[in-house]
Amino acid sequence: MMNTLKIGTYEFTSRLLLGTGKFADLDTQSRAVEVSEAEILTFAVRRLNLDNPDEPNFLEKLDLKTYTLLPNTAGAYTAEEAVRIARLAKASGLCDMIKVEVIGDQRTLLPDPIGTLEASRILVEEGFTVLTYTNDDPILARRLQEVGVHAVMPGASPIGSGQGINNENNLRFIIEEAKVPIIVDAGIGSPADAAKAMELGADGVLLNTAVALADDPVLMAEAMKLAIEAGRKGFLAGRIPKKRYASASSPVEGMIE
Amino acid sequence: MTLQVNGKTITLTDVTNISGLLAFYQLEKKILVVERNGEIIDRSNYADTPIMDGDRIEIVHFVGGG
Repeated sequence: MMNTLKIGTYEFTSRLLLGTGKFADLDTQSRAVEVSEAEILTFAVRRLNLDNPDEPNFLEKLDLKTYTLLPNTAGAYTAEEAVRIARLAKASGLCDMIKVEVIGDQRTLLPDPIGTLEASRILVEEGFTVLTYTNDDPILARRLQEVGVHAVMPGASPIGSGQGINNENNLRFIIEEAKVPIIVDAGIGSPADAAKAMELGADGVLLNTAVALADDPVLMAEAMKLAIEAGRKGFLAGRIPKKRYASASSPVEGMIE
Repeated sequence: MTLQVNGKTITLTDVTNISGLLAFYQLEKKILVVERNGEIIDRSNYADTPIMDGDRIEIVHFVGGG
């Protein structure tokens, strides 16, 4: 079916991948996740707080049969750190998917392309289902596919910036020659940004801050879901080319005199 | 016996293996992963994996993140 998203051996109906960070409270988060109809949820791997092991944890509230977990390697600045985090995530026994994220700069949080490629290569070899967060660089996207990643996730703009799509042209180049799903990840600020990514032909959108920090995260989750559906349908329907001058929608024949 | 657990130095008596360590912290029912001296310990081996003086233990779990 043309409207399912296939990543490795997985298949999904929803094309919205939702991050689980920055939500003000677990109840809002639960409702936002439900309304979004997302099937893939990202998580980070961190030390358990041994001084307060019973502090509320969103994962423990989730029906793990309903959702596919996509742990990330956030916090890693080298390929080695990313691989270590990925192995820890897989050892949970809950998932074999990993969002590879190797950051190269603290201020912009832009990915380190060399470390990203190296970590992706190793984790593909180890049998993970690898979704790689990357710069919006068409050549790097190609190199990632050559090492066997299962999805390429170019950033629209810096993580959490809400700037939307900074380089439409590069995204288009990446999408045009893609052999695996392209999921626009990071920088999405509004439903218009998400719809735009889908209209460009992206296979999905991964976002977090735009929902978590919206004035009404639950309503924004629904808006994003609808925007992604609309963008997808718009892409499949095929938009008209842009023209310089007007073209009347009503017949020019048969005017009364 | 003195260990590093999640970056903190702790002195323990009567704890001999990973199972005992998790019981000490009351974590038996948690979804977590344990690493001992950089090596991930499979859950089925918690009882058989000794902890020794100077071990570096990491106990991690999933938290909200993008």
